[in-house]
Amino acid sequence: MHISRGFHGRHREQADPGRVPPGQYVTSDFPVLSAGPTPRVSAEQWTLSLVGELDQPRSWSWDEFRALPREDITVDIHCVTKWSKLDTAWTGISVDTLLEGTDTPALHVLAHCDGGYTTNLPLEDVTGGRAWVAYAYDGEPLDPEHGGPARLLVPHLYFWKSAKWLRALELRLDDEPGFWESYGYHNYGDPWREQRYDGD
Amino acid sequence: MNWRVGIVVDLRAETDRVASIALRLAGWPGHRAGQHVDVRLTAEDGYQAQRSYSIASAPDDAELVLTVERIEDGEVSSYLVDELRPDDELELRGPIGGYFVWEQSLGGPLVLLAGGSGIAPLRAMLRHRLRSGSAVPVRLLYSARSQSELIYRDELADAGRRGGVDVRFTLTRERPDGWQGYDRRIDRELIAEVAWPPAERPLVYICGPTAFVETAADALLALGHDPGRIRTERFGPTGG
Repeated sequence: MHISRGFHGRHREQADPGRVPPGQYVTSDFPVLSAGPTPRVSAEQWTLSLVGELDQPRSWSWDEFRALPREDITVDIHCVTKWSKLDTAWTGISVDTLLEGTDTPALHVLAHCDGGYTTNLPLEDVTGGRAWVAYAYDGEPLDPEHGGPARLLVPHLYFWKSAKWLRALELRLDDEPGFWESYGYHNYGDPWREQRYDGD
Repeated sequence: MNWRVGIVVDLRAETDRVASIALRLAGWPGHRAGQHVDVRLTAEDGYQAQRSYSIASAPDDAELVLTVERIEDGEVSSYLVDELRPDDELELRGPIGGYFVWEQSLGGPLVLLAGGSGIAPLRAMLRHRLRSGSAVPVRLLYSARSQSELIYRDELADAGRRGGVDVRFTLTRERPDGWQGYDRRIDRELIAEVAWPPAERPLVYICGPTAFVETAADALLALGHDPGRIRTERFGPTGG
């Protein structure tokens, strides 16, 4: 271990270490990170699609989507840029609900977003009550900067996997790297194993 | 990606709150202008803290330079700005990020929009443009609160006297007597004046606080620029 001369650290007692993954610090802000401009899509223009390897593609308008059974979710989130935010409160639709009744041989999901952003995940990481399509934060409609109208929420992986401005989930037999995964970031992104970059 | 140890070879106070740290790194693989590194500090009892910092030097420069702004209550930035001394060792890994980069093959014309210490990666791009012999036309607009908060002011002003490079400053809070630059926060009119029209298809890089980036990117979209030609990097008040 390499000691930094004169460094003592100030923030070590701020949070339960069991909730903060290695290399992360806790913030009360909600920083914004995006590779390009924020798309501005109204609820009327918005649809969500389920495409790829499934018997019947599905699509929801905003009203149809909002009529699905919702869940309130309180989770800790971890951004690869080192901040973690504890007890964030979301409202959304479980991905299990979106997949209900479908028959798919797929093992992977590629999320597609307005602005061209994509991210890839194993199907098993977005099922079993581990992922949602969230449309509200702290009881308020999701701001465009934070991914509104709706974003993926996969809190057990680094937050770039929780794709903003979600428009489609593509079910796939093979794994296709998404946007950041093609620019040197880790393919899976488990914060507890500090999988930030390719090779970690 | 492995951690490396760099030796601090030079420290320069850029403003009251900003310092540039020049590092010598054995075996550094090189970087592209716009990339960043992760810095890791370790206390004697093993406590560690990590943050990301943009690389402010060009790939063509001999030393790797990080330009760091001291954030209020920021345990890493305050150490880097106030405590670090020449010959100290600093642990880092990188280079990281492959999208917010500019290299000659991407062409131009190039529009660089910087807010506050968001100038750091754009300074790397501008230096690379000058040092690589590229003829891509560049326009840089740099917004700061006051003249004393402008980082690399003389260097940027000198660059603006080179062929094909246009550098403009805007000061949003305080201006010295006789100030010749812009005097307001960025808005659509200011962006329209500085950027080439959408028909010229400029490649735009924006770096600064979230509000600056949102305003600049929204203005470019409203003016008709292709969102696929606009690359952004944002930092909030945290990032310590």
